[in-house]
Amino acid sequence: MSLFKIAWRSIQQRSLASSLTAFSMALGVMLVCAVLIVSHVLDNYFLSGAGLGYNLVVGKKGSSMQLVFNTVYYLDRPIENIPWSFYKEFLPADQRSDKQEGMYSRWVEHAVPVNMGDYLEGFRVIGTTPDMFGKLEQQPGKKFEFAAGENFKKDDYFGAVIGYGVYEELGKEVNDQFTPTHSAPDGHVHDDKFTIRGVLKRTGTPIDRGVFVNIEGFYLLDGHAMEAPAEEANATDEHAQKKGHDHAHDHDHEHHHHHEPLAENLREVTAVLVLTKSPPGDLPSMPELGAQSIMGPINKGNIAQAVEPIRVIHSFMGTFLNPLRIVLLVLTTLVVVISAVSILVSIYNSMSERRHEIAVMRALGASRGTVMLIMLLESILLAVAGGIAGWLLGHGLILALGPWITSRAGVVLSPFQFAPAELWLIPGIIGLASLVGYLPAWSAYRTDVARSLSASP
Amino acid sequence: MLHLKNIKKSFVEPGGGVLPILNIPEFHLEAGEQVALIGRSGSGKTTLLHTIAGISRADSGEVKIDGTDIARLSEAGRDRFRAEKIGYVYQTFNLLSGFSALENVILGMTFAGGRSDPARARQLLDRVGLSARYSHKPGMLSVGEQQRVAVARALANRPKLILADEPTANVDSKHQQQVIDLIRENCRQENIALFLVTHANEVASQFERVENLESFNRN
Repeated sequence: MSLFKIAWRSIQQRSLASSLTAFSMALGVMLVCAVLIVSHVLDNYFLSGAGLGYNLVVGKKGSSMQLVFNTVYYLDRPIENIPWSFYKEFLPADQRSDKQEGMYSRWVEHAVPVNMGDYLEGFRVIGTTPDMFGKLEQQPGKKFEFAAGENFKKDDYFGAVIGYGVYEELGKEVNDQFTPTHSAPDGHVHDDKFTIRGVLKRTGTPIDRGVFVNIEGFYLLDGHAMEAPAEEANATDEHAQKKGHDHAHDHDHEHHHHHEPLAENLREVTAVLVLTKSPPGDLPSMPELGAQSIMGPINKGNIAQAVEPIRVIHSFMGTFLNPLRIVLLVLTTLVVVISAVSILVSIYNSMSERRHEIAVMRALGASRGTVMLIMLLESILLAVAGGIAGWLLGHGLILALGPWITSRAGVVLSPFQFAPAELWLIPGIIGLASLVGYLPAWSAYRTDVARSLSASP
Repeated sequence: MLHLKNIKKSFVEPGGGVLPILNIPEFHLEAGEQVALIGRSGSGKTTLLHTIAGISRADSGEVKIDGTDIARLSEAGRDRFRAEKIGYVYQTFNLLSGFSALENVILGMTFAGGRSDPARARQLLDRVGLSARYSHKPGMLSVGEQQRVAVARALANRPKLILADEPTANVDSKHQQQVIDLIRENCRQENIALFLVTHANEVASQFERVENLESFNRN
């Protein structure tokens, strides 16, 4: 008969106390496990979000973290806008109406403008160009894919694409129409309707929670055009009228060909997503070189800032996320330690009634070391049983809360996601159980056989 | 087979005084021999058995069993020796309540260092008339049956010596003789020396050799 079996029988003999102590261990491990999974998923979420086909975000001067959170993760509020003319400096001559080469274009592979400020039932509405899903990539080498429909076209001013999370939560499908609200989820409802042209496949990134509309249509919404400078007011008056928003007209934009784009001098952008490249002739391609070349002059100027999302996110994680994670892990680990102490208390309390049994085993020839080992095994078995149950419960908790968290925060949590740190759970528990099992084991070791045998069982 | 020489054993009392218990100049027990040991309560019978079994250590003297002086062995050595060479039957049976009858017998083998032999454990339980009680836990057995399991456990490792400490004291009179017969018959079958402590004259009188502890303990 193995010592494991002897230890297990002892656990069975005190099944209620054993179950309760194992359960308390399970609760502790469940919490640790859940924290590990969530923090692992958050790491992946933030890091994957920081690499969505661009390496630079350019926006109004201010907090770099606010710029990244707003532009990349659709959190926080936008800083102010930058002029359209600034955006044009990233474009080559053939993409500009004035056919002049943009100041930074030689270092730019793609530059995609984004405009923010509108909402659709709590989801951010982002005005952008079709390049968002045409030229930018979900991951290097992996293009965005559509679960249904397709990307909106450049001249489809009121075309839109929604992320998979939006589709799941709002139930909107291809050809459905919607009207964004201005400035806040409960803000003024715009008059113009956008039509959904495509639903993106799930990406596991903030894109899942975005409503992407054609930037041209976005500009045409009421209140989205800059006020024209006085001297240009007359010149732009006619244009502004053309831009629509005759609130009496039919707002079905299935046939919006009559709309004229907003004049460039009335345009602003919230940010520009930039994928840089090495200047022509530099081999091999080193986007970082392009990024460094652009960031210096932009950040020295007084209009805009250029930040690398990946650096901002690392800084955010180092400053906020990691300390928070450590606090949570320390707290949950303390719960596990308390559970382990309850194992100690449970076994130790049973020692007085078990001393006779230990003495019998010793009388049958078990050495002091053997009975000590049996006690340690008992502690370890209890902790490991609780630990495995807790590990399963932890993933079960993610299964239960995952959909809610996904709908609230856009972070996809699956019970089948595993954090590498989980591999340390069971060895850690065994170590902890050995530590707390040592006291009762030592007590067993010191049992006076003759005296305990003489005592009544 | 068992040879005690100049055994002295005393206890320190709570007040600090020394209480001598054993002072045995010489005692012999041959292989396969059966002896009943009688003596008044508190005379040191159980202490003597514990000393022979190596559970307690004599203050001085030799405790030779099958040629090995266990008084010279380390504690771990005495544990191993006890498991392999000595079977012990207690007045209170001392079965482990969480284990079945069969497992209690096997447990006796587990600590002997060799492999557990369930077939022999079953055979022993058959021999003591418990074929239908393998999986019964002690709480489900009568006291007579419990003592029979204890006898089977004592025999499990084919010991050279069985120490029985008042094995019938907790067994009803109807089953006392059965237990004595069981122990003696099995010791005979396997040529095991038997050292049985009893205070019951009707038990002691069945033995060819009866020793009164007070007659050879000079304490």
